[in-house]
Amino acid sequence: MLGKLTWSAIPIDVPILVGTFVGVAIAGIAVLGLVTYYGKWGYLWREWLTSVDHKRLGAMYIILAVVMLFRGFADAIMMRTQLALAYAGNPGYLPPHHYDQIFSAHGTIMIFFMAMAFMTGLLNIAVPLQIGARDVAFPFLNSLSFWMTAISAILINVSLFVGEFSQCGWLAYPPLSESQFSPGVGVDYYIWAVQLSGVGTLLTGVNFFTTIVKMRAPGMTWMRLPVFTWTAFVTTILIMVSFPILTVTLGMLGLDRYFGMHFFTNDGGGNQMLYLSMIWAWGHPEVYILVIPAFGVFSEVVSTFSGKPLFGYKTMVYATCSIGVLSFVVWVHHFFTMGAGANVNTFFGIATMIIAVPTGVKIFNWLFTMYKGRVQMHASMWWTLGFMITFSIGGMTGVMMAMPAADWLVHNSLFLIAHFHNVIIGGVYFGYIAGLNYWFPKVFGFKLNEKWGIRSFWCWFVGFYLAFIPLYVLGFMGMSRRMNHYDNPDWYPWMLVAEAGAILIMVGIACMLVQIYVSIRDRALPENVDLTGDPWNGRTLEWSISSPPPAYNFAVVPTVYGLDAFHHDKELGRQGTHKEFEPIHMPKNTAAGVFVGAFSFLLGFGAIWYIWWLAAISMLGIIVTVIMRSANTDIDYYVPVSEIEHNEAEQSRRLVAQAAE
Amino acid sequence: MAHEATMHPSEHGHDQEHGHESPVVFGFWIYLMTDCVLFGSLFAVFAVLRDQFAGGPTGKELFDLTNVGIETAILLFSSITYGFGMLAAQKHNSGGLTAWLGVTFLLGLCFVGLEINEFTHMVSEGNGPDRSAFLSAFFTLVATHGLHVTFGLIWMAVLMVQNFGKQRFTERMMNKLTCLSLFWHFLDIVWICVFTFVYLMSVV
Repeated sequence: MLGKLTWSAIPIDVPILVGTFVGVAIAGIAVLGLVTYYGKWGYLWREWLTSVDHKRLGAMYIILAVVMLFRGFADAIMMRTQLALAYAGNPGYLPPHHYDQIFSAHGTIMIFFMAMAFMTGLLNIAVPLQIGARDVAFPFLNSLSFWMTAISAILINVSLFVGEFSQCGWLAYPPLSESQFSPGVGVDYYIWAVQLSGVGTLLTGVNFFTTIVKMRAPGMTWMRLPVFTWTAFVTTILIMVSFPILTVTLGMLGLDRYFGMHFFTNDGGGNQMLYLSMIWAWGHPEVYILVIPAFGVFSEVVSTFSGKPLFGYKTMVYATCSIGVLSFVVWVHHFFTMGAGANVNTFFGIATMIIAVPTGVKIFNWLFTMYKGRVQMHASMWWTLGFMITFSIGGMTGVMMAMPAADWLVHNSLFLIAHFHNVIIGGVYFGYIAGLNYWFPKVFGFKLNEKWGIRSFWCWFVGFYLAFIPLYVLGFMGMSRRMNHYDNPDWYPWMLVAEAGAILIMVGIACMLVQIYVSIRDRALPENVDLTGDPWNGRTLEWSISSPPPAYNFAVVPTVYGLDAFHHDKELGRQGTHKEFEPIHMPKNTAAGVFVGAFSFLLGFGAIWYIWWLAAISMLGIIVTVIMRSANTDIDYYVPVSEIEHNEAEQSRRLVAQAAE
Repeated sequence: MAHEATMHPSEHGHDQEHGHESPVVFGFWIYLMTDCVLFGSLFAVFAVLRDQFAGGPTGKELFDLTNVGIETAILLFSSITYGFGMLAAQKHNSGGLTAWLGVTFLLGLCFVGLEINEFTHMVSEGNGPDRSAFLSAFFTLVATHGLHVTFGLIWMAVLMVQNFGKQRFTERMMNKLTCLSLFWHFLDIVWICVFTFVYLMSVV
């Protein structure tokens, strides 16, 4: 009846997990209780959970990402603490069985559910507004994508309390991840969580690609596209080309495990190196999927807070496209030690080094944008400066490892761990937080507190160096990754420094929470509220409308005459001349995405535990929901002119009030 | 087009007021390209594992080209019949559309049936997907195509029913029929590659 699921799957004998469960349960009950107490269930359901509004979906993506950041960081600091203790005969507090699950979960959650969710959230918030669109091309699919991501995040966290998680690292290399060596449900949790979220990501890619191609405002030619939208566009292409490879790869691993096939097994003619090649043919583009939109955020932030157009817009576009293409011809550098031969390794080594050229172009573009600009040190500008320094260092260690001969020495050592955290924290995370500080007022109508934002930055910035420079040193000293304990006395002091860095980063995360709390508390103060919709003297179209924007974004679809459209409109006084409104056609909210998500969760859970009746019913539920959605003709409505006029009059009143001050 | 004038405004696709054409067909085409990458990956896997027999049977011993030839003919023919269905839909000929979609559906069903028959026959002789890496790759590639066809059949049945309801020949309905048309022809192209690279090249 319940497949493999028995009471013994609940880890009541592991105090850490029981404690976590109690904590999560109390927090969950508190949140549910508060929603009930304030009677907000209907509001939450109608206005948020079933919403197809890209701004709200974007906000929900980012909330999910921040929650997953806590989970992923909790894993990180547990690992650091273990290694600060487990030295010279001390086993530490985490047995290998548990420790291996933690490092696997840390990587999986941080990439798929923190970074990907955050990136998608920023795309949702900014792209339609920047191109003058009223929504994305497929609003319902957008809601579905979000729910696929959300339920996968829940599924992976259920593995904490029901069963176990994978112990095979964030990419689950076979043959270790085959059922012969990992007979438990851990790898199945990994496969299903990643596969289901992959559906959401692929649909996001198709959706935003179509949106950018088909729904740009009149006059917005390709070379007038804001840089962030350009980066989003390249990222959607990378998603569409690489995610199907991931689906196939993990699908085959699943077939090996569920049906005894022989794709990657030791026997039967299986080939593990095929798995490595395929997973990295997705995996390398994946890191560019994450970092390219971050480059876009930095471009917007630098230009806005320097009060200048971006230096070298065209080179920025070409550099972004080059990085996108090159990202597909470097994957072998993840396994130079496989023995592909000198010629193959040389090709991939050189291709990897070439990526440093367009990336260098970008760094110089940002520097020259600031040069002779009137730079305002807004919190997002601090993150940008921290990024430029940190990412440059990370890029240089990347070029070091691009040399196959050098890579052989540090392969799978902590040097590699230091390198990719250097570029992912310094590039991706700093970029997303810069974007959060930059676009927050657009979505919520008030600014984030600057003081706490800058405090958070400094803790992260210094904490990063404290936590990861020691890992570079340890890599040179020969310490390999994923170790549970060690007895080399030379390593011990460096592990203590790294632990201190992790604690400082924890303070940085706490500062971000305080920042959000303080900002919400003080949201009505005149210096925080965003009356004009243009708090930073912005240059692109999203700042031309009120904060928060109405559901339809633009009362009148703007006409674009050049790059930095809104800036030129302001210079030439072109705004507010058009007052002829027409009813606006908008999609209705729908619960179909929530239901497909919920059934997908049950499908995944059923398949993980071999509860086949549940999986079958859930699959049927998905199909029936989709058919019902297809049959539904009540899916859209018209916003009446009176409502648009009312909203526009309100915005004019706010603008006048602001100008009078 | 004459029918557009008679349509209620809410039956226009989302985004009509922007002066753009509906993005639905374009978006679906883009989705098909991602599906193409998916099949491309499976073909690459088959290319790598095609001679990993692990002491088991080879394709030459297993494949019955007559059966595969009939499958191919059926599937290619179903593309033509779907095309006739689309012509009927353009003329708002409801009976023609239903009839041609019905024929296409039956042909698709025959294709899936023949494939299931081939698979069960192989499995019953102990040559299932767990026999060797070659057979794993074979079954996965061909069954992925077969699952796509099955999904297309469910979709076709739904559209045939919906065409009797209030969505009949609306722009939304025409978009759906066009998307399924793209999907169906795409599966034909994939099948031609399966027929060539999997069956023919294993036998020669």
